[in-house]
Amino acid sequence: MSFVSLGFLAFLAVLILLYYLVPKKGQWILLLAGSVFFYAFAGWSALIFIAVTALSTYLAGIYIGKLAADRDKYIKEHSAELDKEAKKAYKAKVKKRTYLIMSLCLLLNLGMLAVIKYTDFGISIVNGIFRTNIGFVHFALPMGISFYIFQSMGYIIDVYRGKYAPEKNIARFALFVSFFPQLLQGPISRFDELSKTLYGPHKFDWNKFARGAWRVLWGYFKKVVIADRMITAVLALSGEPEKYTGVYVVALVLFYAIELYADFTGGIDITIGVAEMLGIEVAENFDRPFFSLNITEYWRRWHITMGTWFKDYIFYPLSVSPKMLKISKWSREKLGQAIGKRVPVYLSTIIVWFATGLWHGAAWNFIVWGLLNCLVIIVSQELSPLYTRFHKRFGFSNTKGYNVFQMFRTFWLMGFIRVLDVYRDVPGTFRQVWSVFTTANWGNLFSGSFLKLGLTLSDFIAVLAGCAVMFTVSVLQNKGQVRDNIILKRPVAVRLVVFVLIALLITIFGAYGIGYDAGAFIYGQF
Amino acid sequence: MKALKIIIRIAAALLVFALGIWLLQRLLVPKYVTENEEGLLVKEYYSYAGGNDVLFIGDCEVYSNFSPVRLWQDFGITSAIRGSPQQLIWHSYYMLEDTLRYETPKVVVFNVLSMKYGEPQSEAYNRLALDGMKWSDVKYRAIKASMTEEEADSEALTVASYVMPILRFHSRWNELTGADFKYMFGTRQLSHNGYVMRIDVKPVDTIPKAAPLPDYSFADVCWDYLEKIRTLCDRNGIQLILIKAPTLRPHWYDEWDEQIVKYAEEKGLCYVNILNEVETIGIDYTTDTFDAGMHLNLSGAEKLTKWFGTYLKANTALPNHRGEAEYEEKWIDRIDYYNEMAEAQAKQLSENGKLDGYWGD
Amino acid sequence: MDKLLEILKEIHADVDYDTCETLIDDGILDSFDIISIITEISSEFDVQIPANEIVPENFNSAAALWKLIEKLEDE
Repeated sequence: MSFVSLGFLAFLAVLILLYYLVPKKGQWILLLAGSVFFYAFAGWSALIFIAVTALSTYLAGIYIGKLAADRDKYIKEHSAELDKEAKKAYKAKVKKRTYLIMSLCLLLNLGMLAVIKYTDFGISIVNGIFRTNIGFVHFALPMGISFYIFQSMGYIIDVYRGKYAPEKNIARFALFVSFFPQLLQGPISRFDELSKTLYGPHKFDWNKFARGAWRVLWGYFKKVVIADRMITAVLALSGEPEKYTGVYVVALVLFYAIELYADFTGGIDITIGVAEMLGIEVAENFDRPFFSLNITEYWRRWHITMGTWFKDYIFYPLSVSPKMLKISKWSREKLGQAIGKRVPVYLSTIIVWFATGLWHGAAWNFIVWGLLNCLVIIVSQELSPLYTRFHKRFGFSNTKGYNVFQMFRTFWLMGFIRVLDVYRDVPGTFRQVWSVFTTANWGNLFSGSFLKLGLTLSDFIAVLAGCAVMFTVSVLQNKGQVRDNIILKRPVAVRLVVFVLIALLITIFGAYGIGYDAGAFIYGQF
Repeated sequence: MKALKIIIRIAAALLVFALGIWLLQRLLVPKYVTENEEGLLVKEYYSYAGGNDVLFIGDCEVYSNFSPVRLWQDFGITSAIRGSPQQLIWHSYYMLEDTLRYETPKVVVFNVLSMKYGEPQSEAYNRLALDGMKWSDVKYRAIKASMTEEEADSEALTVASYVMPILRFHSRWNELTGADFKYMFGTRQLSHNGYVMRIDVKPVDTIPKAAPLPDYSFADVCWDYLEKIRTLCDRNGIQLILIKAPTLRPHWYDEWDEQIVKYAEEKGLCYVNILNEVETIGIDYTTDTFDAGMHLNLSGAEKLTKWFGTYLKANTALPNHRGEAEYEEKWIDRIDYYNEMAEAQAKQLSENGKLDGYWGD
Repeated sequence: MDKLLEILKEIHADVDYDTCETLIDDGILDSFDIISIITEISSEFDVQIPANEIVPENFNSAAALWKLIEKLEDE
């Protein structure tokens, strides 16, 4: 069920109504039922996969929890007779077992993900290398599988690390895995954070409800008015790369940035807003990323929950693992301090970005995308002392103008790397980007050829107006939430009328129905 | 906060939203006054529903070619046309079902040209046929039966867009004209009991030879609906008459004709291919058509209607209602409007040399 | 503690580690810095900071980090 569908709106209306009518203790059970219903819409077979993940992770968590509790009990009971060394040895023995259980759980789930998502990609590589002709298997990717598996794996690693006790109730755990607003495209929540509010009880709170509703409305605005309109031009430009070179590539970079931002952040706004209407707090996933001064900052502000997932569960463990420390020691001895120091960090960074690329999709373009991000991060890390010296000497690094330049630079740099996902062809993308420097067709900006991409002049005006609104809101957010600072300070009657007016505007100016492709949420396919 | 207060707030918001949607919808739906005027036809039926002994169903070959006003004036036969542009046979079937909710005619005349279309042709024609229909289960079934592939892809939205046409026409915001504001709350009457009048002339110059077809058999779905129309008439004691109107394009193949003749014989129906009667009727394709043979103009339609009235007299037991006060009263205004429009068109034609719309203004 | 401060100074010379308690929250230390610090600590102190201890509370100030090292040495 896509967020942009009448079915979803009807589902939501019924669910929210029931949610505040049923006894408070039953609210989370209703959410679980709603989530199963929501998921079953994508086909019953998809339910099997999510059930396997929920059940296996639940059982592994319980088992690890039991081993840890037994261990603590044993040590407490025998604390007199055990010396420090013996305790340490005993702990290590238990740890080995919990590690095994966690690993099995990871293997099962990530293995399932790998088989479903990457088999065809693997086959294509094998075919390429050995010139074989193995047929593709074409597994259908169950909805949101990359998201809920990652969320569950974060949970099991946290339980293994003893960060929190495992959830004992399987139904409650199933709700954590399947909570419907975040099934399609995240955020990837952490159990300790989401569980604080997920299970209620929640009394109807008008302010929270209103805040949530406003956020949902804002999400629909971005998604329906801007993203779903822009996608037509993005598809047109990327569909005929031979025809659209030079200035069109620059336009595609811009259009895709707008489309992806409006689509993805709009979807997340709907997710978080819906949760808020239900009294549930879901982690933020974006922090106005296009205002970032550099790419490292950008990745702290774009798809935040994915970034922190990779950092906490891959980057850190990898770079501080005994093996990596050994490599570090070795490289320092052999390669000298300066290089040796960098080896573990850069090695981990490269692995993480390779994995991030692969997570986004089973294709070379995603892998190259990840590695290019990595390259830019490492290069800028290396250049940063140079920058610091340069700025110290000329002293304009903190001026507004320079910050704007940095934002501009980061926006376009990220944009050009990002077009890999629309062309879906690595050499092709490089050819296209190269054509920006070799094809002098900037005159087409005014030749009217942009009106042949499936958007009329009024569509472009609508997008432009939408972007102006989006930009203004982002700037206003410098001083905090627009809802708290501006909207919720007005009288209720004014708020209601303005809310309705915006809803009407979305109904009219939204790009949906016949003549438009109701664009599926882009991130759902990853 | 009290539950009542919350409910009032949400209800108030929904009410304002509904009002806004209603107003915007009035503004944004096509008015069919300055273009695609035939979009008015299906809805207009409800203003002349009741007391019609004959019902014509079909495409432009019925609404351009038969004049109920003439049938009344010359024969005392009351009739209505439920035509729409490129009406497909399932549209016609549901048009008949919908009509039966308001009246039961004694005779139904179906123009068989649409037997040649076994698939939805265009989403736009669905809108023209169905948007004007009043809501009932008939309309719902008609929508479901008529969906193009594109419409079926988002079925819920398609069905909803017939309840709330703004969902279909919202993107007209950039095409609004003065007429959209002028006719926001009321529209013009186009037809004369379903007949669309044109008085101008564009003679047939050449009749192109029709290319042979690889396959002359009609689609199964068309036969199914033809049978459905027949049984529905049967159940309601209605006499079904099949016709092929005498227009030259699109070409009506003999192979098609034979299949209909056979069907009519099997089922004991009247079928008349009026293309064979053109000489008897006296249709002159240099003066009686306004678009070189696709549709008849007023002169052609009146000739055809005169002939068809005689045919009805001979083949049915339709009563002559002339002289009955309740009928006379109803038709007197219709005759006036009919003459008025013919005069207005004649005036415009003589002043401008061409017609601009149907109302002559 | 002095050894730790030396390590930290080498990463960012211009930070006052005696008073600053928001090294992570204010983004002074990024993930690269954290890994460098952990690698240095492992070679200087012979403790291995496991990944699950990499949380803002342990890295926000030099004092917190020192406490972590002492705790790990103790285990």
